[in-house]
Amino acid sequence: MLDLYGFGDLLLAGTWMTIKLILAILIFGLIAGMIGAGAKLSRFKILNFLAEVFTSIVRGIPELILILGIYFGGTVVINNLLTSLGYGGYLEINPFAAGVAALGIAYGAYATDVFRVSIQSIPKGQIEAARSMGMPGTLIFRRIILPQVWIVAIPALGNLFLVSQKDSALVSVIGLQEIMRASAFAVRYTKKPFTIYMAAALIYLGLAVVTTVGIQLFEKRAGRGMRRS
Amino acid sequence: MDFALMLNSIPDLLRGSILTFELVGLSMLFGMLMAMPLSLLRVSKRIWCLAPAYGYIFFFRGTPLLVQIFLVYYGLSQFAWIKESIMWPILREPYWCAIIAFTLNTTAYTGEILRGAIQAIPHGQIEAAQSVGMSRIMLLRRIIAPQALVIALPGYSNELILLLKGSALASTITLLELTGITRKIIAETYKPFELFILAACMYVVITFILTRIFNWVEHRFTAYRRPPELMEDQEGIPDNI
Repeated sequence: MLDLYGFGDLLLAGTWMTIKLILAILIFGLIAGMIGAGAKLSRFKILNFLAEVFTSIVRGIPELILILGIYFGGTVVINNLLTSLGYGGYLEINPFAAGVAALGIAYGAYATDVFRVSIQSIPKGQIEAARSMGMPGTLIFRRIILPQVWIVAIPALGNLFLVSQKDSALVSVIGLQEIMRASAFAVRYTKKPFTIYMAAALIYLGLAVVTTVGIQLFEKRAGRGMRRS
Repeated sequence: MDFALMLNSIPDLLRGSILTFELVGLSMLFGMLMAMPLSLLRVSKRIWCLAPAYGYIFFFRGTPLLVQIFLVYYGLSQFAWIKESIMWPILREPYWCAIIAFTLNTTAYTGEILRGAIQAIPHGQIEAAQSVGMSRIMLLRRIIAPQALVIALPGYSNELILLLKGSALASTITLLELTGITRKIIAETYKPFELFILAACMYVVITFILTRIFNWVEHRFTAYRRPPELMEDQEGIPDNI
């Protein structure tokens, strides 16, 4: 076992923060992705266009720029807005919220197309059949589309989640006490950068392994109604 | 919005993007050179070839790029023998540390893309080549490499975009590439909103250009997959046949 010079607890606390962060990113990103897919498949051309522009722009921007931009840029914009409204105080965006917003948007931009393709993979006949039985749109979505979309989308969404997990290390740059920030702190005191950062790397590897296994279980469960080839 | 500042910052950001191109270009080149042997080890059936390749790919794809950069830049200084070696003048420089970390990272991803491409080649072709007595090297050179490289193109273009976005992390070890310059100007002017938008635009434009180039290359190399185009450029064919 690695000797962490008494900083093991700090790294564990950081790990807990990272777990909270990535779960929040996942939830926010899934919602963003579903909204994006809805916009891309909508009847309204303007929504299609906006969603297309949004996803292709977000995919071209480095996650670090998104995080820094939302954190620092967002703080400036909000304060200017408050000042113009006649409110004198100074507001700072919470690094956790900024990280969730930035990486959630990045996740959503990629998840949009995953959902779009999965929804399109559902045979049209099923939706027509549901409609002919008089199901309303929301019920069709809940009973026919959603359960099947999951089966197709889970592997790709899981891969995206693994990417977000790794990107979550970037939130340390704006001061959130997650694994990397905790490691940097430990490095300053121990002067053992290789040992500490290697421990951080192993924690990330462990998280990735747990997630991969989780995705496989989830995939099996979601696909239990499907015929196996 | 301070448009004057945005306009004035464009030359600085362009200068920064040259360093970004340098980092991405060199890492891509070294990464490709290392990924080819790595992918061959990865498809090998011998366990002592397969296991190290698998472990390498597992580690570098499973950990954040930020950790890898810090391990190279800060981590190596922990060892006295590295500090005393002749490599230290290079390993001390953030520029080379960034290139080393990016190269190690992209090698793992590219190796995995190439592995997929190699395994996508129909097995019959390899058996056919073996049955006419081709040596392993010739099989690789004539049958596997030309097809695998084309199959790998779309995945590789994705990886290149990811590497470009990842190059922004070089700013965390004091390099003044596109993101680094942006952060430096923000520290001087405190106009984060304008400058991050400007930097984001530049990354989007670079991504757009790279995607276009790759699409063109892919189109060019996959002519054999398309049905023959009729009524175009058929100068060699006489009209009255």
